[in-house]
Amino acid sequence: MNGHKNLLLLLLGMALVTYLPRLMPAMILSRRNIPEVLVKFLEYVPVSVLSALLLPSILVVEGKINFSLSNPLLVTSLLTFPLAYRMKNMFLTVIAGMVIIVVLNRFV
Amino acid sequence: MTACEKKELLFGIKRAFPIVMGYVPVGFALGVLAADAGLTPFQTGMMSLMVYAGSAQFIAVSMLAAGASYLAIIATTFLVNLRHLLFSASLSPYFKDLDHRLIPLISFYITDESFAVSITDVKEKVRGYAYFLGLYVTSYLSWVLSTVLGAAFGSLIPDTRALGFDFALPGMFLALLCMQIKDGKKAFAALMAGGLSLFFLWVLPGNWNVILASVITAAMGVLLER
Repeated sequence: MNGHKNLLLLLLGMALVTYLPRLMPAMILSRRNIPEVLVKFLEYVPVSVLSALLLPSILVVEGKINFSLSNPLLVTSLLTFPLAYRMKNMFLTVIAGMVIIVVLNRFV
Repeated sequence: MTACEKKELLFGIKRAFPIVMGYVPVGFALGVLAADAGLTPFQTGMMSLMVYAGSAQFIAVSMLAAGASYLAIIATTFLVNLRHLLFSASLSPYFKDLDHRLIPLISFYITDESFAVSITDVKEKVRGYAYFLGLYVTSYLSWVLSTVLGAAFGSLIPDTRALGFDFALPGMFLALLCMQIKDGKKAFAALMAGGLSLFFLWVLPGNWNVILASVITAAMGVLLER
């Protein structure tokens, strides 16, 4: 191996700073009753996180926002959305979306 | 393991399906970049085993390739992965009835994707440790293996986009989001968080978008619920 000396040190550092934020809230909060205001706050976290992850994942293509019909991920999402909303089924939504994007990429 | 635990384990493994579909091509791509940055397949695998955080690993590999210091890479990793605080806190009420000795193990596997699936599932029904391990470990193994394979056989890998894999994770987020939108307030929160996420991605470097958009939106949710 070449220039990456003491890579294990880097990996240990990365592992530690990644693990602690995953561990600490679960350890601390699962042992006590969470205050009401935090419960309400956490109630809105999943919907916020999902939307905050979804929009960049379909709109940002190669570092730029592509909000047009030339973006297959966006078009596929628009077509899949009504299906997803009605089916409420993760597996079927993913399969339907993958079929749609293959068809779009191949034939449109 | 009881019959019930076995059922939960299998259910968890089944729910990992879209995550695996999403992780495999992204893991390959990371492996290829890691090899370009001078990492061996073994080192790439060690990074995935120990860190297990896709976006931080992409950033780390590109920083390594650019000759950044280890301290800078670790600091960036910390910032990029702070959003896990939020996921861990959200899952904590559902960890209450688990054997507490398992929490250090289970929480290691929290990622954007595993959080997204499990928070939806635990809200629907109480889930035991076997469910979490089934879902989380399956996702974990697919990530570790695909990054190693990418580093080892990068050039041999077919174009997975032709098979629609690039929509696996967006499709999963879309499906889970639809399950979370139960009333007008949640729909408003979704619009707000999505907009803020794009905004922060645009104005702030360094992957702050998810945590900032979510914290601001959830705080607004608290006000809405008053």
